[in-house]
Amino acid sequence: MDLDIADGEFFTMLGPSGCGKTTTLRMIAGFEQPTTGKVLIDGTDVAGLPAYKRPTNTVFQSYALFPHMTLEENVGFGLKRKKVSKAEIKRRVADELERVGLSREAKRKPAQLSGGQQQRVALARALVNLPKVLLLDEPLGALDLKLRKGLQVQLKNIQRDVGITFVYVTHDQEEALTMSDRIAVMNAGHIEQCADPETVYDRPSTTFVAGFIGVSNLMPAVVKGSNEIEIADGPTVPSKDAGQFSTGEKCFAVVRPEKLTVSLPENAPGDQPGVDGIVESSLYLGTSTQMAIRVAEDVQMTVLVPNASEDARQHLPGGGAKVRLNWLPEHMHLVAESEADQPADDQTPTETVTEGVN
Amino acid sequence: MKAWRWLRENAVMIAGILALLYMLTPIFVIALFSFNDPTGRYNFEWVGFTTQYWAHPFAITELTDALLVSIRLAFFTAIGATILGTLIAIALVRYQFFGRRAANLLIVIPMATPEVVIGASLLSFFLTLDVFKLGFQTLLIAHIMFSVSFVVIVVRSRLIGFDRRLEEAAQDLGANALTTFRKVTLPLIAPGVVSAALLSFALSIDDFVISNFNSGSTVTFPLYIFGANQRGIPVQVNVIATMLFAVTVIAMLVVIIQQRRAEKASAMRPEEIANKPAMSLPV
Repeated sequence: MDLDIADGEFFTMLGPSGCGKTTTLRMIAGFEQPTTGKVLIDGTDVAGLPAYKRPTNTVFQSYALFPHMTLEENVGFGLKRKKVSKAEIKRRVADELERVGLSREAKRKPAQLSGGQQQRVALARALVNLPKVLLLDEPLGALDLKLRKGLQVQLKNIQRDVGITFVYVTHDQEEALTMSDRIAVMNAGHIEQCADPETVYDRPSTTFVAGFIGVSNLMPAVVKGSNEIEIADGPTVPSKDAGQFSTGEKCFAVVRPEKLTVSLPENAPGDQPGVDGIVESSLYLGTSTQMAIRVAEDVQMTVLVPNASEDARQHLPGGGAKVRLNWLPEHMHLVAESEADQPADDQTPTETVTEGVN
Repeated sequence: MKAWRWLRENAVMIAGILALLYMLTPIFVIALFSFNDPTGRYNFEWVGFTTQYWAHPFAITELTDALLVSIRLAFFTAIGATILGTLIAIALVRYQFFGRRAANLLIVIPMATPEVVIGASLLSFFLTLDVFKLGFQTLLIAHIMFSVSFVVIVVRSRLIGFDRRLEEAAQDLGANALTTFRKVTLPLIAPGVVSAALLSFALSIDDFVISNFNSGSTVTFPLYIFGANQRGIPVQVNVIATMLFAVTVIAMLVVIIQQRRAEKASAMRPEEIANKPAMSLPV
């Protein structure tokens, strides 16, 4: 694995549990040592250095606050180890608690705080040391949805303020899309795609990424030429990605659920590419209606129809209806099949993580 | 009819009180007879109430000397056994090494071995070795030996419930191994270590069988009482026994209160465990 993270970046490693994202984070932190390869921070190789000698700080999923210390003592722990003067510790701890809005609780013990407050203390305890890299291991994973949303925004703002490189680990794709400058989607120990959120969402590079980020809307296809593909059991449609594949190669066509339109075949826009299918189910979600449409025996597409008008919603085709799905040519992208989906090939576990290169 | 119902409803409480009476009566009798004014050499029959022995609890020099020996012995036993036992417990819980599983089992064997056997074999060991003179030294070695198992078990249970992430967090914040142990590990296992120390103190001050074999000419408090029993027991024995009992109860209370406080401090809020969310889809 080769990874380059820029200075001051909000970088997210996203993937299912067991994909190696936490292990990678722990290697940067120094809790685990890579068997081979290097971990460079600011150009210095820190592989082999113990955690306490690295310019990194971690926010743990379980927060790992010291239960026998007050918040002040917790936050001041790192500075005390660095032999910072008492007066400066006091000032910086106070500033940091102020930043996370817990000044009044400074003398309390962690057990007297709510989960969200504990999370903020964990953040303050790490940030106060001004690390070169801040590592966050699913820091919001233990919180309820509403609290998580609020803290996502706070976390992003804090990152922008302090300008420290954040390396964030999560399995929640929505969280990753909201907060990150760049996302590395990981699967079975390797990176499937590493790009900014828009690219990862709109132009997934593999079927795994397409499936993990959002709903997997994949149609098997064969490349027909430099700007055309033929969808399996379907029409030949234009594609500007086709040039990246060789003619005759198998691939998948991806269209995001909100970019699809659904209509009865007789009302379908004739100038847009599309496929025929049968409505399997329709689910009311409040802001939109989610429809499942079977276009082939093993291909099901999800469509999100915004509930803009009640009248239009009432007239959506019901279950069993024959419909046509259409999309604009620029909304369809081609992806190759993920390596992990194929029989496992023997990969040598060479990990190289490069970090904070200016 | 009414009485029968009352009895049925309070059966558990009545049984509990009876059990407590059964357990506590001997202690009560000891305390009571420390106020007795016996006529002969034996303090077995109630004669009359007096506080004269409480006024002079340390009047018998040999008894007082024996008590001081016991306290000194128990003090050093507690220190030695606690340090050794805590280190063993940390090794057993934290490190993977050859023979760890065997050591985990072997550590309880001294607790299961009859004291007479330990005492006798220690004596022959000391005599064969011929390095230590029988007396305080051999007593201390013997007492530390049988106390260590208890310390290991108490501290080990505390360590097993310990969140390793806390140590990682300390290291992450720049603390080396020693600082991590001093600032994080030790304060958090302290309640276990303190109870272990008090337990080994109590075990030592109370021991008769093993001490009897290995004491040489040194006389501890239990050995004195046993010897005195042949000639008649002075009332001061009851007085001092009652004092020891009171001190033990107070020490136990201190430990319990301290442990409660530590548990309260380290208890995580239940909502954090309950609210672990499943993955959400963007819709």
